[in-house]
Amino acid sequence: METEALVHVEFTVNGTPHELEIPARRLLSDTLRHDLRLTGTHVGCEHGVCGACTVLLNGDPVRSCLVFAVTIDGVDITTVEGCCTPDGGMGPVQQAFRDCHALQCGFCTPGFITTITAYLEDNVEPTAEEAREAIAGNLCRCTGYQNIVAAVQRAAHLKQGGGAT
Amino acid sequence: MFGARIKRSEDPRLVIGNGRYLDDLGHDALEAAFVRSPHAHARIIEIDVTDALDVDGLVAIYTYEDLDGRMTEPLPLLIPHPTLTHGRTQYALAEAEVNYVGEAIVMVVARNRYIAEDAAQRVTVSYEFLPAVVGIDVARTAEHLVHDDVPGNVAAFMVQETGDADAAIDVAPHSLELDLAIERSASMPMEGKGVLARWDNDDQSLMVHTSTQTSTSVRQAIAAKLSLPVDRVEVVTPDVGGGFGVKIVHPWPEEVLIPWAAMRLGQQVKWTEDRREHFISSAHERGQLHQVRVGYDDDGRLMGLSVKFWHDNGAYTPYGLIVPIITSTQLLGPYKPGVYRVEFTSLYTNTVIVTPYRGAGRPQGCFVMERTLDAIAADLGLDRAVVRERNFIQPEEMPYDQGLIFQDGRPLIYDSGDFPASLDKLKKLVGWDEFEAYRAEAREEGRTVGIGMACYVEGTGVGPYEGGHIRVETDGSVVVSTGLTSQGQGHQTMLAQIVADELGVPFDRIKVTTGDTRRFKYAVGTFASRTAVMSGSAVAMTARKVREKALRIAAQALEASVDDLEIVDGHVRVKGSGAGQIGSIELGAVAVLSNPLRYAFDVSAQAATQFASPADPDQPPVAAGESPGLEATDYYSPMRSTFANGMHAVVVETDPLTADIKILRYCVVHDCGNIINPMIVEGQIHGGVAQGVGGALYERMEYDASGQLLNASYMDFLMPYASEVPTVEIDHLETPSPLNPLGVKGAGEAGVIPGSAAIASAIEDAEGIAIRRMPISPSELFHLRLQSHATGLRNKKDTE
Repeated sequence: METEALVHVEFTVNGTPHELEIPARRLLSDTLRHDLRLTGTHVGCEHGVCGACTVLLNGDPVRSCLVFAVTIDGVDITTVEGCCTPDGGMGPVQQAFRDCHALQCGFCTPGFITTITAYLEDNVEPTAEEAREAIAGNLCRCTGYQNIVAAVQRAAHLKQGGGAT
Repeated sequence: MFGARIKRSEDPRLVIGNGRYLDDLGHDALEAAFVRSPHAHARIIEIDVTDALDVDGLVAIYTYEDLDGRMTEPLPLLIPHPTLTHGRTQYALAEAEVNYVGEAIVMVVARNRYIAEDAAQRVTVSYEFLPAVVGIDVARTAEHLVHDDVPGNVAAFMVQETGDADAAIDVAPHSLELDLAIERSASMPMEGKGVLARWDNDDQSLMVHTSTQTSTSVRQAIAAKLSLPVDRVEVVTPDVGGGFGVKIVHPWPEEVLIPWAAMRLGQQVKWTEDRREHFISSAHERGQLHQVRVGYDDDGRLMGLSVKFWHDNGAYTPYGLIVPIITSTQLLGPYKPGVYRVEFTSLYTNTVIVTPYRGAGRPQGCFVMERTLDAIAADLGLDRAVVRERNFIQPEEMPYDQGLIFQDGRPLIYDSGDFPASLDKLKKLVGWDEFEAYRAEAREEGRTVGIGMACYVEGTGVGPYEGGHIRVETDGSVVVSTGLTSQGQGHQTMLAQIVADELGVPFDRIKVTTGDTRRFKYAVGTFASRTAVMSGSAVAMTARKVREKALRIAAQALEASVDDLEIVDGHVRVKGSGAGQIGSIELGAVAVLSNPLRYAFDVSAQAATQFASPADPDQPPVAAGESPGLEATDYYSPMRSTFANGMHAVVVETDPLTADIKILRYCVVHDCGNIINPMIVEGQIHGGVAQGVGGALYERMEYDASGQLLNASYMDFLMPYASEVPTVEIDHLETPSPLNPLGVKGAGEAGVIPGSAAIASAIEDAEGIAIRRMPISPSELFHLRLQSHATGLRNKKDTE
């Protein structure tokens, strides 16, 4: 059998431009994780249901296990690593997750953090009900979601410059 | 620190995407994919790999014929039991017969997973089909056999009894019979299994990373299977994306095959389980049918209880009879059953193996007992809470011997608990006594609501032992190791809290490592809610030894008596003096002094060299009975399990038209003895409740009659999202365990146990229809309504 043909693709990840030659069938999740070694993005189901692999494409949450990497030429990608502060510390959503004990095993967490990061751009002060709705497309097997709902609200508070409450 | 809501030390790394899960390692490794049986029961006639051979990037294809040495033998039967008369385990790669859809037949190794799967697809296996045995009803008719040499499909038959239960039931003023069923579900961690193996040919050593709940035992198993000296094998558990029981099973076929391939190929090899593989080739649990006979007096007090049940153990029994043994013993909950008899039959079916999933047989047992008590209450027209109260073991009766043998082979003796106090708290929390007023209000609005409750007792912290090693480094930092593994429970935080208190060092100077055999060789594993009890106690005992040693050394240095010293904030000091003052020495400096040196590696180490201070010429530098280094190892091995307990109450609303079931409130009273970190314990309860809700209303394994798992994806196996899980209201009671130095009990599994029982009780209360099997979907409830309506009409006609 012949060697797979490679396709040229360019995009930026967390502000860093990348040029890659990859097979057309390579999933964005695999490209991020194994080609760029940004392993913060996790793969839980490979069929777009669990949301663990959610990254932001031009700011919008997308399941990277359902995207061929070659199809996003020119796109700005944000992964969980890009949700940190510029000095690499915890960003507001990440800090809120820690404050609220919104993670246990941490495997689904990156998908929640990217999802919530995008959501808070649209809704700066969600109610508990809205917060629950915002995360209702991501699966978590550890936390029962209660503390993740709290973390959404806490993150909104931190983003607005709020400190300890 | 003990008892404080300390934020987790694990989190800063995990939330920024810096976790290290199995597939985050070994980017350059070769990758494996498996050809798995698409048939539930078949003989393998031929395996043809010709078409796969010209796939570019293919490295190797292995079948059973390629295996050698002990790899050709079946995988170990981990927990033998005298009544497991017909235990069977599978081969790493199927030898001649496959017994479930998903059983591994061929391993393909290639440059990456894409290519490995390309090649796997080109392997052709021809089969002779055999009849599939699916479900308990089919298995027990034994018309067809799963294993030719296992008559009746019966792996085990076991009876435990405390007397003549049938006689006690026969003479009771009232008796009832019930059939109760729970369907299959599964642990379903967000991260599947995975293995990475590196063989170092120069060093003749093997390094294996695996997403497991027991690295020490995987190490032993790999060494045995690959005929390697144990000290040439190390197993490291990286971050693990959830376990919930499924990862305590070992060695999985892949856990021996990947290291075996790495040795053969002299290259790193990795396998990362995908979601479909996890559904069809990991483990399930819960599926059981139960028949209950119960006798009771006019007050609803149990006089005799006889339970028969049938346990579907799937195709093989690597984990023995743990699940049905737990059901049969923990079924009793906080109650005195009168005379008790339980028998179970563990049956083979052509489905995925059944091994513990969080709760491990307890949700079924709790469902059986609690449904029985509700039926008694209904029969006698009594409040369900009152029937429970009347059957409780009282606090003054502790320790209470149930007269049975538990899953650890030791007597089922409850150590402590105050069930009436817990019930009182639960009734207040949920508003049990005010519910009829709420129901009336709701009814006026055209809404149907119901309330239910369920109580459980959970044996936690089973032996045989765990250990701890603690070393104070010369910079004053403290490294703690324990052998069992972590899957997100916050062990590093919880264990550091214990050590901080015991040793008198700041929390953030303590680094805890779990599940790394390079650091700690002897351990059992993480299951049965045992880490706080077992490793918690072990590191507390170890810290006490380190503390004693630190005080001995510091006493000499400070020319003080040990009795006058204390350790505060990482300093040994004369009681009452401040840090940095005369009469105080840093723990790091004590560590320096603990290790008499010839060579100083830095300035601070000079204090320990042979010319640094005058020494007693008649004593050796390391005194008899001492050892260099400020460190210690100790082990905790309990006489028996410690028993946590709890009670849940649920309020549901059912839609009169669609039969949709909505949980309005979910209340938990939880008693796990002394609480080390309430934030973590509450998180465990939240997560357990969510799995309980899933098991009660959504999750089931849909096997068809030919053994195909029809819903082997997250799209079709309905795990609850945030929209399905209620907010959990929690109250704690703390009755310390007298069995361990911390007075703690396990908390990991508790939340899931009474879910199906409590929710069934609430639905029954709302609908007035007996709920006898779980999970229940809206359409099933709708059909129950139709049946009940038809029965009602028939009865009405009969009486007219």
